[in-house]
Amino acid sequence: MAEAQKGWWLGWGASSVSLALSLVSALVLFSVLLVTNGKNPLDTYASIFGSTLGNGFGFSEIFVKMIPILFTAIAVALPARLGLVNVGGEGQLQLGALVAAAAALAAGTGTPSWVGIPITLVAGMVGGALWALVPAILRAKGWLNETISTLLLNYVAIRVVDYFVFGPLRDPSTSNVPQTTKFADGFLWPAFAGRIHLGIVFALVALVLFAVVINRTRWGYEIRAAGSNPLAARRHGLPVTAYVLLVLCAGGAIAGLAGTGEIMAIQGRLRPGFSPSYGYLGFLVAWLAGHRPLRILIMGFLVALIATGGDSLQIDQGLPSSTVSILMALILFMVLADAWRPDRLQDRIQAWLSAKKRGSA
Amino acid sequence: MTGGFLESWLGGAVLTSTPIFYAALGETIVEKAGLINLGVEGTMLVGASVSFAVASSTGSVAAGLLGGMVAGGLFNLLLGPLVIGWRANQLASGLALMFFGMGLSAFYGKPFVGSSLDGLRSFPVPWLSSLPFIGSILFKQDLLVYLMIPAAAGVWYLLSRTAWGLHLRAVGEDRLVAYAAGSRTGLLRHQALFLGGILAGVAGAHLSLAIAHTWTEGLTAGRGFIAVSLVIFAAWSPLRILPGALLFGGTLALQIQLQARGAQVSPFLLDMLPYLVTLVVLVLLRNSSRGRMPEGLKEVFESPREGK
Repeated sequence: MAEAQKGWWLGWGASSVSLALSLVSALVLFSVLLVTNGKNPLDTYASIFGSTLGNGFGFSEIFVKMIPILFTAIAVALPARLGLVNVGGEGQLQLGALVAAAAALAAGTGTPSWVGIPITLVAGMVGGALWALVPAILRAKGWLNETISTLLLNYVAIRVVDYFVFGPLRDPSTSNVPQTTKFADGFLWPAFAGRIHLGIVFALVALVLFAVVINRTRWGYEIRAAGSNPLAARRHGLPVTAYVLLVLCAGGAIAGLAGTGEIMAIQGRLRPGFSPSYGYLGFLVAWLAGHRPLRILIMGFLVALIATGGDSLQIDQGLPSSTVSILMALILFMVLADAWRPDRLQDRIQAWLSAKKRGSA
Repeated sequence: MTGGFLESWLGGAVLTSTPIFYAALGETIVEKAGLINLGVEGTMLVGASVSFAVASSTGSVAAGLLGGMVAGGLFNLLLGPLVIGWRANQLASGLALMFFGMGLSAFYGKPFVGSSLDGLRSFPVPWLSSLPFIGSILFKQDLLVYLMIPAAAGVWYLLSRTAWGLHLRAVGEDRLVAYAAGSRTGLLRHQALFLGGILAGVAGAHLSLAIAHTWTEGLTAGRGFIAVSLVIFAAWSPLRILPGALLFGGTLALQIQLQARGAQVSPFLLDMLPYLVTLVVLVLLRNSSRGRMPEGLKEVFESPREGK
């Protein structure tokens, strides 16, 4: 028992050290790039970290960005446990927002919050799930790989939203700005502590549900089994096809909540370009986290921090805000490459510990 | 009036399809080696920004094109250690490459945003370009457009008629057997990535130098992903890419033409056409393409289904 406990501790320790080393090496590589371009990396990092960790408002903004990122990361991680690559978080987010907006506009102004907020939740999930349904069916039938279809549908989704915002859902009173009318108060998600809003509760609930379902239920067990050995799973009679439909649509529904939160708490109305690629950031987080719930929380915070800091780069340093996607890609390279493998680190730590024990004895 | 419309639409279709064609041709080489690079979008962006930067600093379009090709080839090689050396997930690695390309091109391309270039000008073929109708569609284009057919033939020859191509395809079908037969599988795959990157660099260069004549962040707008789809559409045959590229280029150009003429169709619905057409065509052609997929790709693409 004590050995097992220690093993668990060592495993977590080694993977934390490994993650830290990946981060540091990515930061070093990014510095090299900045230096060769005549930028002082210390200024850049001061700008990224100072603007976020250095003041109360910046710190709260990390959590504001973290909300949609957590949703879209779960939307990637759940299908990934079955071996599916859902790159459609952005499209599912857009459609979730669209359906939630349509529902809120249709339901009328007198709706109280205890009715209005559940309506937005359901509508957002339905929108996201429906957008994921097409790739899910195509995949379940074995007609088309979900990676390609979800990617292509992202481009379609953005234009579907544009079509409605410029057309049927457009607020006639603001003739030059394409946007919907403001949603009635009953549908808005309340904010507390700056712009941090109710979505953070929903996102954490979704994360806990994901953790419980995947680790503690028969469904989760079967999904993981089918993900690691599909052939054996089929031979054992697991309904793999049904799981394909289930996890992709559930993922879509959760991504839909990311879009719902953005328009119901941050924007107050639907307008084009309301999401700065949260879907792709969620994808990044899910892969950085190895699709594990607790790590999604940690990596979600980190990526939200870098993304928030990226916005200030433009102001402080005159760098395009997408510069930070270089840094994020470098971190992902390091993690994907397993450049600092936890198992090897664990061996080293163990060797070092036993050497120390021998030395002291 | 309708004649003029058809002429400018088809001419536009040929021009618009060119970058998609080169990117898909390069991706075909990569996929024949049993790899998939979903990051073509990023490679194209790097090619587009580097070629524009070089061309506008040196004043030479040829130097710009060359720069874009070298940059594309080197950029694609980044995928090598990840997916060949460390066996990282290919789809996620490709998307990491896309992020990297988006960031790098935005970072290095910033000083050039807003400037414009004559770039690659059209080069009317003597006599042929004066032919009615066909002349303006096919023979008043730039050199890279004319080179599409030789490039497709060249890649076909390389893959199907040379020893190198045979080894490469063997690696793509079964890596272990090819290795046992004495192929240097890692080297071959890196070579495929490099060649594919060069062609994606050409694609990016054509986009910035011949079509847009300028550089903006995210210039490719998903064309890299259309190129990846096109490889499946063409069932991994270099010779079938051109008709496919023309189909997708045609939808893109149709939307531009209709908008320019103020047609009463929502621009957003037209904008989504190329992506929807790609999707529908991939579904319709699924059976003819699936049988031709290199065996090595099936493990990437079909993990939760019955593989081998």
